Amino acid sequence: MYEPVQQGKILSGIWMTIILSFYCLILSVVIGIVGAFAQGSKNRFIRGFVQGYIQFFRNTPPYVQLLFFYFALGQFTPTFSPDGWLEVPIISNVGWAIISLSFFAGAFNVEIFRAGIEAVADSTKEAAESLGFSRFQTFRYVMFPLAIRVSLPSLNNNLINLVKTTTQAYGIAVPELLYQSVTIWNDYPSAQYPTMLLVFVVYILLVGVLVMSMNSWEKRLRIPGYGQ
Amino acid sequence: MLKKNAETIVSIRDVHKSFGQLEVLKGVSLDVKKGEVICVIGPSGSGKSTLIRCINALNNIQGGEINVCGIDLTDPKLDKLELRKRVGMVFQQYNLFPHKTALENIIMAPTMVLKQDRAASEKRAFELMQKVRLEGKEHAYPGELSGGQQQRVAIARSLAMNPDVMLFDEVTAALDPETVKEVLVTIKDLAQEGMTCILVTHEMGFAREVADHIYFTDNGVIVEHGPPKTFFNKAKDPRTKEFLSQIL
Ligand SMILES: Nc1ncnc2c1ncn2[C@@H]1O[C@H](COP(=O)(O)OP(=O)(O)OP(=O)(O)O)[C@@H](O)[C@H]1O
Ligand SMILES: [Mg+2]
Repeated sequence: MYEPVQQGKILSGIWMTIILSFYCLILSVVIGIVGAFAQGSKNRFIRGFVQGYIQFFRNTPPYVQLLFFYFALGQFTPTFSPDGWLEVPIISNVGWAIISLSFFAGAFNVEIFRAGIEAVADSTKEAAESLGFSRFQTFRYVMFPLAIRVSLPSLNNNLINLVKTTTQAYGIAVPELLYQSVTIWNDYPSAQYPTMLLVFVVYILLVGVLVMSMNSWEKRLRIPGYGQ
Repeated sequence: MLKKNAETIVSIRDVHKSFGQLEVLKGVSLDVKKGEVICVIGPSGSGKSTLIRCINALNNIQGGEINVCGIDLTDPKLDKLELRKRVGMVFQQYNLFPHKTALENIIMAPTMVLKQDRAASEKRAFELMQKVRLEGKEHAYPGELSGGQQQRVAIARSLAMNPDVMLFDEVTAALDPETVKEVLVTIKDLAQEGMTCILVTHEMGFAREVADHIYFTDNGVIVEHGPPKTFFNKAKDPRTKEFLSQIL
């Protein structure tokens, strides 16, 4: 269907989309966990900071966040010169896309995990406390493992959205699937609709793989004799 | 009896506790000696749970003093960890960790909090499961156990920390009548081995049988207390009499 050059573009675009999605998924979940733990802190400033973070990233458009990270913050990042001539910033546009999208999705993940934690009975937490568990141990071994089971459906939704949102990295010229597709159909207008179709199909497959792995994870997390 | 000269292990002096505007404990005092079993009884809402939760600092107090095994609970620099190593607590709703097997529930605190060796903790957990008469159920999840069995795992879990005092807050209230007995038997075993126990309970027969001393609370104060014989037969206060006439 495509010539080798275009085929290469599509494949490298798919690969870049997978890379973006993979790192953003991991990082956003880590941010969600750390944020949810910090929200239970005794320190008002830590709680306020997390709340501010959530409000900012949840209530502003991710695309603008991306542009802001890349163009505004990107200016201030140090650079290095691999060959003495070129000035290469230590964080590339791919790096910024990962950071910005992870913080965006991470804000939702904090809320998702927090809702899960609130669903775990206070008395379970008290049992851990009265056995002498520290706050971290209570979170790590009791609250979070129970919360994640409650949170999985909403987490699923958010991560699916995240995978789709990686197309916005197009805006800072990250050569992901949409970016590569657009360069193809700009050169060959006749390829526009078939290429769009291809993009749809690839995303359906990617999200399908994500949903399947989340479902099998959910199965593995199922507790015998609990909630059935 | 030995208990007469035994050291005081829990001392509560004129304790006041409020939730916002609501004063729940209005000057409560009681002493528990090592090896003693005391039962706290009283109408619903009289502050029994609040009192027992103050003993392991799940509730903080606004006035008075509590001393547990020489630890001053009103100390602003209170080491809660040290306190909780000394005090075990069993709840009405068992509160086992549903995602862990019975055995894991028992060994979590010894390995994570006391930093004991895992193999030794496991060996002890098997012994404790035997003690609460649940051998063979070590690898069952809480959801696979009956209420009475879960409650006995919860007791074993507390015992695994080798506490000096055990607190029981209406631990049979959520159980059906047949399973109440098996839990009470477990507690009675403990009491006979000399474990210091503070129980909130509605099981009057049990209180009469195992308690060294009974406290009756109403409306945030201790109205009357005494050894079971005196308490049940010669109660003086009209509130105690009324309560006993309703429940017996
Ligand atoms: N965390 C809390 N916040 C506000 N009020 C509380 C709290 N815990 C208990 N109370 C109130 O304190 C009073 C005493 O409650 P407590 O649980 O100690 O009673 P109890 O004697 O254990 O009753 P029961 O036999 O029903 O368990 C009640 O009026 C209750 O509503
Ligand atoms: Mg109560």
